[in-house]
Amino acid sequence: MFSSFMINTWIAATIIAAVAGVVSFFVVIRGSAFAAHALPLGTFPGAAAASVLGINPLIGLLVFSGLGVIGISQLGRGGRHEIATALSFVMLLGLGALFLSMTTEYFQTVYSLLFGEVLGVSNSELVPVIMISVVSVALTAMLFRQLLLSSVSPELGEARGIPARRMELLFLSILALATAVALPVVGALLVFSLMVGPASAARSLTNRPSHAMLLSAGLSVMTVWISIALSFASDWPIGFFVGGLSATAYGAGRSVTWARGAR
Amino acid sequence: MTSLVSVVFEPGFFTSEPVRVAAMIGGGAAIVSGVLGVFTVIRGQSFAGHALADVSSAGGAAAFLFGINPLLGFLIMGVTAACGMELVRVHRARERDLVTGVVTGAGLGLAALFLYWDVTSTSTTGAAVTVMFGSMFAIPASTIPLALVVGFGALLAIALLFRPLLLSTVAPELAAVRGVPVRLVSLSYLIVLALAVALAAITVGAILATALLIGPAAIALRVTKRPGTAILLAAVIGVAATLGGILIAYDSYVWMSGHGWPVSFCIVTFIFLAYIVAGAPGRRQVRAAGRIDPRRVQRTW
Repeated sequence: MFSSFMINTWIAATIIAAVAGVVSFFVVIRGSAFAAHALPLGTFPGAAAASVLGINPLIGLLVFSGLGVIGISQLGRGGRHEIATALSFVMLLGLGALFLSMTTEYFQTVYSLLFGEVLGVSNSELVPVIMISVVSVALTAMLFRQLLLSSVSPELGEARGIPARRMELLFLSILALATAVALPVVGALLVFSLMVGPASAARSLTNRPSHAMLLSAGLSVMTVWISIALSFASDWPIGFFVGGLSATAYGAGRSVTWARGAR
Repeated sequence: MTSLVSVVFEPGFFTSEPVRVAAMIGGGAAIVSGVLGVFTVIRGQSFAGHALADVSSAGGAAAFLFGINPLLGFLIMGVTAACGMELVRVHRARERDLVTGVVTGAGLGLAALFLYWDVTSTSTTGAAVTVMFGSMFAIPASTIPLALVVGFGALLAIALLFRPLLLSTVAPELAAVRGVPVRLVSLSYLIVLALAVALAAITVGAILATALLIGPAAIALRVTKRPGTAILLAAVIGVAATLGGILIAYDSYVWMSGHGWPVSFCIVTFIFLAYIVAGAPGRRQVRAAGRIDPRRVQRTW
């Protein structure tokens, strides 16, 4: 499990989980669970497109997550937000079905992209993961106060000169970056578990934003570590463990709140 | 004239058995999804609808494992999820989305495990693609009776529920005052939604079922604000997109010399383009879409 080819995997997974934990704090505060679910699904065709074109998968993922952000924010202007979200991701997924039907290793590709795979990560792959992760955490840190105000009270934010629409776009972009790097490891369907479970557990445990964010990152890293270990030992898909552990974390967080309330 | 027809409908389209089965089940799924979709869009439950489809995919995956009809698998898991969602009902919208999300994640994790077992124990390698993206031309004809029962059952239930459901969708407080059992109506609606989603899932796949559910309804509500008209329109748009998608997918096998486009891709593209076109006329009309005047419903009530 800790042999030399797995060392980079552990490093990459830890970074990805920490970033997901930080970003997901805002997913929970803003109540953007649907966007956090839709973006990874809309992003995953990028990997399929990249394999058809023979380019670096990360570039494909970044392009498609960008398309997802544009779709959600542009279509959302006229109509309702959740419908824009739903239609953007089904269209991108439809394209995904098309690209996947063009690739040669159809079934294995679909499965590992949707549900994740613990792979050996090479040094050259590790560098872009670190770079993108640093960028998304730096953006979150720079925008922390504005994003927090705009998430908790968009009206108050507007009054202080923080445009809610621009904040939405920036938030979606950070989410897209975090999604693109996490997707190959955890899989499109379960990036989202990581983006919702740990942060909502953290929020029910503490009321202070900075504590909640750190706690969320910690829980997220724990979830991924345990999942990789269990997946490695049992050979079952990592997505199963990530989904189950995130739900458990959320359930535990809620019961603590409930027990406090009952006391 | 004959040549034009044969360009649009490539040879064998009308005589092909898989096409006939796909058209029947796909058309039926589109009607049921369109009708339910209008309520889903007005109630703002797009995410719940999508979540039901995702969770029911675990049932679809398990069906391959136990060798039962996939539709049955989707149904069992979907109805269970619907009951669970109503049971842990949370009132605040944000919290509701989070719970939906966490449950969806756990359901998808289960689907991952079942699909993994599908591959290792029964060596059905295509299960992940079939469950998630659907393979319409591979639906066995033996599914038709069950699909018909589910489809008609769902439509009948909606016909019975129509007025209380519409009132509690548009004006929940008013409905409660009038003595409508809001929770019971809401539970019944979710169960019927699970039926619709299961039908959509075997045609376009679990993660694309949302396209059939939300797409036609959103388009219809951009065009008209009357609930009855919107329901009819959504069903028509859904059927048109599905049949159009089947036709293009079938033809593409000939055009692309044996390497056709997936049916799901063709259907989703039709729906997406129609949504864009329906939004083009004017912004004001678009803003009002999906909002229905409670007074109008009250009058019909």
